[in-house]
Amino acid sequence: MALEVIGFTAPALALFLLFVVWPILRAVQFSVYRWKGFGPLVDFVGLQNYLAVLRNEVFTDALMHNLIIVVLSIVVQLPLGLAIALLLNRRMRGQGMLRTIIFVPYVLAEVIAGVVWFQLLQPQYGVVDNLTEAVGLSGPEQGWLGTPGLALYTVLAVLTWKYLGLAVLLFLAGLQGVPEELSEAAQIDGASWWQTQRRITIPLLGPTIRMWAFLSMIGSLQLFDMVWILTGGGPANATTTMATFLVNEGTKRQNYGIAAAASVVLFVVALVLALLYQRFILSRDNDASDAREVR
Amino acid sequence: MSTAATLRRGRPREGSGRSEGGPVVYLVALLVVAVTLGPVLYAVLGGFRTNAQLAASPAGLPDPWVLDNYRGVLASRDFWAYALNSTVVAVITTAVTVVFGLMAAYPLARYHFRWREPLFMVFVVGLLFPATVAIIPLFILVTRDLQLGNTWWGVALPQAAFALPMTIVILRPFLMAIPREMEEAALIDGASRLQFFWRILLPLSGPGMVTVGVLAFVGSWNAYLLPLLLLQGDMKTLPLGVADFSSQYSSDTAGVFAFTTLAMVPALIFFLAMQRRIVSGLQGAVKG
Repeated sequence: MALEVIGFTAPALALFLLFVVWPILRAVQFSVYRWKGFGPLVDFVGLQNYLAVLRNEVFTDALMHNLIIVVLSIVVQLPLGLAIALLLNRRMRGQGMLRTIIFVPYVLAEVIAGVVWFQLLQPQYGVVDNLTEAVGLSGPEQGWLGTPGLALYTVLAVLTWKYLGLAVLLFLAGLQGVPEELSEAAQIDGASWWQTQRRITIPLLGPTIRMWAFLSMIGSLQLFDMVWILTGGGPANATTTMATFLVNEGTKRQNYGIAAAASVVLFVVALVLALLYQRFILSRDNDASDAREVR
Repeated sequence: MSTAATLRRGRPREGSGRSEGGPVVYLVALLVVAVTLGPVLYAVLGGFRTNAQLAASPAGLPDPWVLDNYRGVLASRDFWAYALNSTVVAVITTAVTVVFGLMAAYPLARYHFRWREPLFMVFVVGLLFPATVAIIPLFILVTRDLQLGNTWWGVALPQAAFALPMTIVILRPFLMAIPREMEEAALIDGASRLQFFWRILLPLSGPGMVTVGVLAFVGSWNAYLLPLLLLQGDMKTLPLGVADFSSQYSSDTAGVFAFTTLAMVPALIFFLAMQRRIVSGLQGAVKG
């Protein structure tokens, strides 16, 4: 039996150790050396790479951008996604079709969505500027993606377009699990539609919402593709993320030590946020189910 | 609830029997559809226009319809090379992920041994490691140590490795749910555990394998960062090709739209057909 266990798990374990665990350990190792990619690792610098990264304004700005995207993604997509899911969660014609359409942006590659939006957002001759002019406003002179103060929020808007469908679909699926009898009972007791949603449906959707927000958070921290396509981190580093920073340092400047230190910081930030989330938010689900059992 | 009401209700899951949608609901639905599909349709239609048309009236329709952009993309050797690379890499990634994932999930779900939970935890913790964190060492490992730079396997194997945790996390409860009695019956009839795996478990886990397979395929098909670092020239995948085309010919907007549309449409149809599988897979992951 021991042989069977080893036989069955060995291929997956070998692949996982070689391509996931080993590179991560190497990243930690690289992070304490100054290394340009040639020759042996000899120039041990201790924590200097970490100090360099954390003192680098480009990196701290990138970290800020990631955190802004984490927060705003949830703040924008949660109410919008909930509102759309609640509105659509009723008998109506073409609902299946609607669900499929909502899912379109999510299954597109980020690169493809990015390339299309890049064209739409071109200054002057892009269709977005055209539409803003049609309603009597004028788009920013340098373009939505070319104005430092606007670029990050423009990227965020495109991300919202791409990922809102996932939120709606997960919420709709979660709503299927909310027993009808509860809202029917509430309605019989004279609760309005909004009261029913607020007091019964949304709280019961809690676990789905909390896990969606977790997935969204992890995704926002790793954001790379969309930024790389839309702005490449510019203008004037206004849209860098931790991932674009470390890819730039690693592949363009061959600063492998710095890039590795940045990736370890990225991982630690993700881990700390994940643990905090687990401790303060997801734990509610466990408490809630315990409480329900006790009752 | 009276029987009559139950009957009238008919299929109870449909729309969960909430109130009938009024005009406001349809209006919101229409708005959502317009915002969602607008950019995609604009790209598809833009491919049928000339750059002059696009410049003269960005928001117009093709007039006349031009096929040259699409014809140009379909006649280019690059496009087909990229499509082939994307397909092969995605197929290898999916096959390795599903086969290795199912094999590993089997003992983790149905055997009892001392290291079972710790071993499972190794993969669960793997969920927290995005490929981004390890991208630079991964690049060095694949190109220098394994000499697999610019090859299909060099991209597919790491992608499969990073897809394994999710696959195992989804498949394990799935395999656990297969009744114990079935296994006992098979063993009593003289089947070995290995035979049970091949003859009974494998056919029964079809739906689970489709779910993780679709997730692995979508992930690989849409991947950008790892192929960006590892693939050059005619080994590139479609996302790289689209990004290249868009930066090389950024003033040829119509051409970019045609290239992008041809890169997204086949995959889009396939993925939307598999929509339920993707959502159920993600929900599975959401529920842990």
